Parts: sequence; C-alpha cells; structure tokens
Amino acid sequence: MKSASRRRLRDVFLSAGAVMTVLVGASAHAQERETIKIGYAVSKTGANAGGAGITTIPNYQLWINDVKEAGGLELPDGSKLPIEVIEYDDRSSAEEVVRAVERLATQDEVDFILPPWGTGFNLAVAPLFDRFGYPQLAVSSVTDKAPEFVERWPRSYWMLGGGEDYTDALATLLAEQRDAGTINGKIAMASVADGFGIDLVTAARASFEEAGFETVYDKTYPVGTSDFSPIVNEAATTDADTFVAFSYPPDTFALTQQAQVSSYNPKVLYLGVGVGFPVYGEDKPNAEGVMSLGGIAPDNESNMAYRKRHKELTGQGPDYWGSVITYASLQMLQEAIKRVGLDRDKVSEELSNGTFETVLGETKLEDNQLRTLWWTGQWQDGVFVGVAPQGRSGASKVKLPKAAWQAQ
Amino acid sequence: MTMRLAFGFSLAAAALAALAFAPFYVGPYQVGLLIGLAGYVTLSSAWALFSGPTRYVSLATVAFFGIGAYTVAALNEILPYPLVLLAAAGVGLGIALIVGLSTLRLAGVYFVIFTFGLAELVRQLVTWYEVNVTGTLGRYIFMSFGPEEIYWQLLALMAATLFVSWCIGRSRLGLALKIIGDDEVVAAHCGIDIARTKLALFALSAVIITLVGAIQAPRWTYIEPGIVFNPTVSFLTLIMALLGGANRLWGPALGAVPLFLLFEWLSANFPDHYSIILGLLFIAIVFILPGGVLAFVERALAHSKRVTGNAERVREPGTAEARQ
Repeated sequence: MKSASRRRLRDVFLSAGAVMTVLVGASAHAQERETIKIGYAVSKTGANAGGAGITTIPNYQLWINDVKEAGGLELPDGSKLPIEVIEYDDRSSAEEVVRAVERLATQDEVDFILPPWGTGFNLAVAPLFDRFGYPQLAVSSVTDKAPEFVERWPRSYWMLGGGEDYTDALATLLAEQRDAGTINGKIAMASVADGFGIDLVTAARASFEEAGFETVYDKTYPVGTSDFSPIVNEAATTDADTFVAFSYPPDTFALTQQAQVSSYNPKVLYLGVGVGFPVYGEDKPNAEGVMSLGGIAPDNESNMAYRKRHKELTGQGPDYWGSVITYASLQMLQEAIKRVGLDRDKVSEELSNGTFETVLGETKLEDNQLRTLWWTGQWQDGVFVGVAPQGRSGASKVKLPKAAWQAQ
Repeated sequence: MTMRLAFGFSLAAAALAALAFAPFYVGPYQVGLLIGLAGYVTLSSAWALFSGPTRYVSLATVAFFGIGAYTVAALNEILPYPLVLLAAAGVGLGIALIVGLSTLRLAGVYFVIFTFGLAELVRQLVTWYEVNVTGTLGRYIFMSFGPEEIYWQLLALMAATLFVSWCIGRSRLGLALKIIGDDEVVAAHCGIDIARTKLALFALSAVIITLVGAIQAPRWTYIEPGIVFNPTVSFLTLIMALLGGANRLWGPALGAVPLFLLFEWLSANFPDHYSIILGLLFIAIVFILPGGVLAFVERALAHSKRVTGNAERVREPGTAEARQ
C-alpha cells in the first residue's frame, strides 16, 4: 500500500509537469516586416479531401504561384512584399480546423487567413476569424443564413449563395419550360442524406410547390450508397419529365451511369455536385444537356484565361462552380491589400464596399455576399454554361429536352 | 499513510488550481490546447473507468460523445445552459442503461464489434430523424461564452472523473470489478451481482463521455452527424488509455497528455506526413510499451532494484489488454 501511494504521488508530479511544459511552450515574437504571412488550414486528407482538392486547394496554389511570380503582394505605396505561406491539414476534423486557425492567428501570427473548405468548417471557424479580427472570404459554403451570419460576424463574406437561390432559379426555369409545353408539371426527386442534399431538397420542395409543380417521387438515400438502380428505376416508372437529384460526386457519376444502363432519359436531368467537374462533361458527348448548380459565361475572356492557366499549373481543369469564385475571392483580397494596406479592419471594410475587377468580371459584394452567381448550368457542346438567371449578361439559352443517350 | 494521502490530495488540488488559472497567463492557442488535453484526459479516464478493470474494450465512446453534442445543439435555444447539460447527462444515462442491459452479456470481440456498430447506429438514427422529421441536417450552437469557460467546465469534469475513479478504486465496487475482470465465474461464486456492477460502471463512464461531448460542442458552432460522430474519437481515446495503462488511476491521463501533444506537434510541423509518422509511432508503441507507460516505468524501477535477478516475477497488469 505504501508503494502504491508513493506511485500515485509520482504520477501527479509527472502529469502536472507534462502539462506545464506545454504552457511554457513557444511564444511568438515580433519581427521586422519582410514578408506578408498568409495561412490556411484545409482538408488535405479525410472525408472532405475530395471537395477541397478540387475547389479550394488548387486555387490557393494557383494564386500563391501568381503572387510569387508577380514579385509579391503590392501595398498602397507601390512597394511589394513577398508572401510566406503556412499551410495545415485539418484532416477533415472540426476540432482540428478550430485549433489550426487558433494556431495561425496566435502562434504563427499570420496577416491573413484563407478559409477552410465546406459549410460546417467555415461556420466552425467563423467565431475565431471574428474574435481575432480576420476577414473570412467563405466560398465553399452554401447557406441560406448568410444575412444572419453577416450580422453576427461582420467580417465574414459568403460567396456561394444559399439553397433557396439555386432551387428558386431551377423552379423558375422549369416553370417557363412547362408553360411553353416542353415538359409536364411533374418532378421526380432524390437527395443524399447529408448537409448539402437535405438543405437543398428542403428548399426545393418549397420552390417547386410555389411554382406549381407536383413532386411525384421524393427519396433520400444514405451517404455511401453505391447501387442507384432502385432510385433510377422507380423514377422511370413515374410520368415525371424532370428528374432532380441533389447528389454528391460519387453518386452523381453513379446516377448518370445508371440512367444510361436503364435507358432512362428524362427531358430534364438535373444532378448535384460533380456535374460541374471537367471530367464529367469535357469531351463526354453523353453529358450534353445535363444540368446542375453553377456554370460559366463562355464569352467571359478573363474566366476562360483563368481556366487555361489553372489547367496548366495544377494539371487539372477547375470545376465549373466554386473554383472560379475561390480564385476571384483571393483576387479581391489581393486588390484590397493593394488599396488599403495590411490593416485588417480596413481590408474588411474595402471588401464590403469596394468594387473589384476579377476573373468573374466586375465583382461587388452586397451585404457581404456575392449575389451575381450562376444558379443553374447546363452542359452544351463540352462546356458547362450558365443558363439561369436568364437576365444576366453572358447567359446561354437552356436546351431542352436533353439529348438522347448515345451508345457507348 | 494518511499523511501521504493528504499530501497527495493537496498536490493534486494545487495542480488543479494552477491549471484553472492557466487561461489568465497563456494565449488563446494554449487555451485551445488545454481544452483538447482536458477533453481527452477526461475521455480516456472515463473509458478506463469501465474498460480498464472489466477488460471490455469499448468503441462506443463517440456514440455518447456525439449524443452529448447533439443534445446541446437541440436544446441550447430552449433551455438554460445548466439544464441543457443535465438533459445531456440524462439522455446519455438512459441510452447507456438500455444498451448496457441488452449487451453487457456479450464478451470479448463481440462486445468490441457491437460497440463500434452502436456508434454507427446512433449516427444513422440521428441522420434519419433529421432528414425525415426536421428536414435540416446541420444545427447551430450559438453560445455567449468563449473557450475559457469551455476549458473550466472540462477541467471540473476531469477532476470529478479522476476523483470518482480514485474512490471506486478503493471501494468494494472497485474490488468487485477487478474480480469480474479476472474471472467472471469466480466473481459470480463470490456473490457479486455481475450484471448490475458492470451496468453501473458502464453507465457512469457513458454519462461522463456524454458530458465531454456536450461541453465541447459549442466550440464548433455548427454540427452535423459527420462532424460529431467521427470514429477517430473512439480510437484515440482507446489508444491513449492503453498507452498510459488502463488499470491505473493516472494511466489514461499519462497516455492522453503525451499523445495529444504529439498529435499537435505532428500536425503543426509535419502536416503532410502526419498519418505516416503516426502509424509508425503506433507500431513502435505496441512493440516497446505493450503494457503501457506506467507498467513499463514500474518494471524498469523494479528491475533496477532487483538486479540480482532472483526476485519474484514483476507483475504486469497492463498486459491484460494485449491478451484480449
């Protein structure tokens, strides 16, 4: 018993010592300004790596490369400072992304932090960006609550719209086609049981009902589903002319494949994330007419030049939805620094009120949100073009009914 | 003996006080670290509370952790915060009792598989409920307090867990658990109510884990099943407890602190090679420290005392897990 209590004592010492070592750990020290520090934490591994590896990471790399080639970031006095980049992997863990941003803000003392990938992760770090005074240009997050978030975190910027924006645009577009007699008023719908799928399908139910559509089939499938023959075959037995699926990349490809196998060719085929990937539709005749979220204006030269450079530098083409907006958000940051310097409050103010020339064209935020977006796109001749809102310059005309599947 | 005990207690109290005042002296990053440390020390100590003596390896940690987080997300706008925590503890207790009653008769690898499945089951149930009833998968937690308050709550829970663990280790209940862990048949013949004892410990352990999830949830602002039911939490808890030694009061803490700091150091300095280095380290740990750090230290001490070599064999309680 004696030795037991002595052991316990020793353990107390040991564990207390271990904790104190951490506390005394490195504290940052000030230094002469020779560089501008840019930091970010993004999911390089884990469940989110797929999305981050397409929309976020290549664009960060492209921008960093562009800035380095330009000799650094320009300041208001015309001088240029090179950038120093600190990059962390959040391993698709919410706790990890929170700690990595704390580390960037207080240990590395970076000048600006680029946001992580995903709605959940952007929300997880939003209070930190706000507390430490960093502007947060959240691109890869679709949320209807952006106006509330802006009120709560005045330095947060929401660049990809909300679920309702996309489903309202789709409902408007479909209603026009119905009134023109191209399609009937019935819709079959599927959605993935994850944040994105559920938010969009909830918004879609309201949008479609408001537009006078009848939803004859509405099924949610679990994440990781690999056999889509029941969904496709059941949808095929309905008399709906429109099939809408708010799906994730693996499902989007599987649904497309299954529709071909089952010879199911609805007049409108609208699928979720993945349709906008270059690999889905470039040089793939069967993608002709498939619709989804996002799109580009093919006559926008700066965007086309950006796509070319993206492919040259990263070896893969950018997707047709979030990629270009990610890059544009970085250009806005760069331009704001050039106009007002490194003071983060002033940069935030400039981001809120300024007008910027980016790869999207002239870009201006409304209430800290980017509202000029392509809500609906369609593959036409190997390019995923924006078809809604119709009034926006550069909009292509939607081609319906979609082309027949070609034999493979 | 009592002198030593008093000294030990005052030392632990002093360490606790130092930790409680730490946020006033360190930066926000260190507070974040302390939250992680307190969280994992509590998780692995709570895990070892049940799994250490009974040798039932549970992978259900994240099921209860996630339940705690979800309860906070569901109730944070309609109840005052202390009641939310109480409700989380209640939900955790209820589920632990149902699960415990139906499964604690399983043993060995069947129990491991079941607990792993339980985490997935709870996650799918929550998803099903959100999809079909509420129609939204993400929930928001907006709390008025910052990381310091989260840290203090976790620290208090950690102290309570270690104290409870210490009390149980000295009580009849603790003795009964040790006998159950060694041989259930013998335990039954000694007149120990095996089912009730195991259930009590399982429920206690689960309630603590649920509270850790509930307290940490406000740190994420937004939660969805994929975020809070991350199976890594279960595995890390288990590895930490085993590294330190699941049968000792301070074992899990001694495993959790160095491992957590190691993870942090690796992700800060080797973000691209994290997984590779981690895998190699785990292999090294299993080969070099199969019985846990404490057992290793004890053996080394005993060895240096008995260099003559004819002494009795050193007991290695920690190897029990390896045998399972």
